[in-house]
Amino acid sequence: MRKTFARLRPLLFGLLLLPVLARAELVIEITGGAEAAIPIAVVPFAWDGDGELPEDMARVIDANLARSGQFEPLARSEFIETPARREDVRFPNWRALGIDNLVVGAVERDGNSYRVRYELLDVFTGQRQEGKNFRVADDALRTLAHVISDEIYEILLGRPGAFNSRIAYVTMEDRDGERRWRLLVADADGHEPQTILTSSEPLMSPAWSPDGEKLAYVSFEGRRSEVFVQNVGSGDRDKVASFEGINSAPAWSPDSRRLSITRSRGGQTDVYVLNLNSRETRQVTDSMSIDTEAVWMPDGRSLLFTSDRAGGPQIYRVNADGSGTRRISYEGNYNASPTVSPDGRHVAMVHRRSNGRFAIAVQDVDGENFRVLTPGGHDESPSFAPNGAMVLYATRADGRSVLGTVSLFGDARQTMSTAGERIREPAWSP
Amino acid sequence: MNRKSFYRWLLIALMALVLAACATTDEERVDDDEGLTDEELAELERDRASEARGVEGRRSLEGSELEELLNDPNSPLSRRTVYFEFDSSEIRERDVSILEAHAAFLSDHPDQRIAVEGHTDERGSPEYNLALGERRAIAVKRALVLYGASDDQIRVTSYGEENPAALGSDEESWSRNRRGELVYR
Repeated sequence: MRKTFARLRPLLFGLLLLPVLARAELVIEITGGAEAAIPIAVVPFAWDGDGELPEDMARVIDANLARSGQFEPLARSEFIETPARREDVRFPNWRALGIDNLVVGAVERDGNSYRVRYELLDVFTGQRQEGKNFRVADDALRTLAHVISDEIYEILLGRPGAFNSRIAYVTMEDRDGERRWRLLVADADGHEPQTILTSSEPLMSPAWSPDGEKLAYVSFEGRRSEVFVQNVGSGDRDKVASFEGINSAPAWSPDSRRLSITRSRGGQTDVYVLNLNSRETRQVTDSMSIDTEAVWMPDGRSLLFTSDRAGGPQIYRVNADGSGTRRISYEGNYNASPTVSPDGRHVAMVHRRSNGRFAIAVQDVDGENFRVLTPGGHDESPSFAPNGAMVLYATRADGRSVLGTVSLFGDARQTMSTAGERIREPAWSP
Repeated sequence: MNRKSFYRWLLIALMALVLAACATTDEERVDDDEGLTDEELAELERDRASEARGVEGRRSLEGSELEELLNDPNSPLSRRTVYFEFDSSEIRERDVSILEAHAAFLSDHPDQRIAVEGHTDERGSPEYNLALGERRAIAVKRALVLYGASDDQIRVTSYGEENPAALGSDEESWSRNRRGELVYR
């Protein structure tokens, strides 16, 4: 009886679990410029199969590199030739265009799969820096383009790319007052969005597990905030925090065994650590103020969180056992929503500028080298890319709620949006 | 004082209900009348339909009474939203009478339970706003208890900035979204 009710409960709240349901594509727009970026040209991959090339891989690679802010890809209209292999390249042509690096390649049909070959060429020396062959399934050409983008990024910049990763975000649709919230997962470039949860009550604060297979999030389906953990692939989910008061702001410990969460008791909001096995919590912060939205440092020994104990919200660091609390943000009177770079060196945050605009800012974890990354407006919910080179955040553009990315290098910015929906609360996967 | 005026109001409301019932009885007599136009007949049909719902609702007196009190624009209980200044959880002077009326009702109906939902505008951190929304809900609850409601009648919950009343991104929308809502279940 009880079991039946438990199974029915999601239905009672008008909730649907949809393991894979494709949604409208995100519209992507690059808004910022790049400075000191590496000039590169990605030649359309040769294709002699029937019909159109099923996926314009060069276009995907080109867009990825541009979005990073560290490359300045040459527009196709400027191309003089479209070689498919090093032997066919006339390097002086590309040198004349000011190009340092050239990507060429080809796609061939092979039964039910594709054979893909690409080469990364140094235009100055005419040497091949990388050349590889792949064989992939029908639907994997786009993923392969992200893998190749990551390789090119790493070879030329000496650190890993983050193109073959995913983002999670929440949309809200309002049809004559009838509202629907969705939790979606998409590729890092906004393509291939899939709904993993639909609800008639708000959803917020998705957080990826370190292995990228689960999402913790906050759902109001019980008419209050509760924390759930859902397997992204299977759709299976568990309610893990449903204590009296607020249950929110989940963040995974590096060992995946615990979640830091925010709980409130008698109006006092504090950071707790929830053991996912025992479901018991241990209090980490203890103040009359609002202490919330904790994130773990990569070594798991301390956390950053937001507190208004000094008046306005500021960012603090505390040891995982609750000792050694110290403030780390000092610029302005509103700093919140910390996100830590995977190497543990930088923290990005929401910062209210002196003109009242909410912007994304970054500083060293020790408090040094503070700088504002975005012009600001209603920027919120920053989330570091897995390589620490970009930050994803929620913002407003032309009166609409959209997602933005900003590079820590140069000032390349990009927005992603869908028609008729508010997009918020993004989280970049590991 | 307040309670007295509340009862006076309740009496008027009940009298109005009695009058409404009489009025429909009159209309039923008209039913026998020949020579009604199709349009008049259709109107009569509609009246009957609405009357049928009214009778059905009044069977469970408690629920119907509450419903009427909540929906009648002249009832002090029809106002169930209080508003806040930016980054503040202080009850405004002008909202005190609303909370006094609800506290009086709760005090007279000890079995009645309500939820107080705290909301914020969209600016700043969603998680910080969730906590701020709870502060507002608690401020509303404290006021209700101060004016006579009992602690265990009121459940507080916060939606932060997640469920705005107005979807705009301007001063007017923000001021409508910084609110506490009293929800009768």
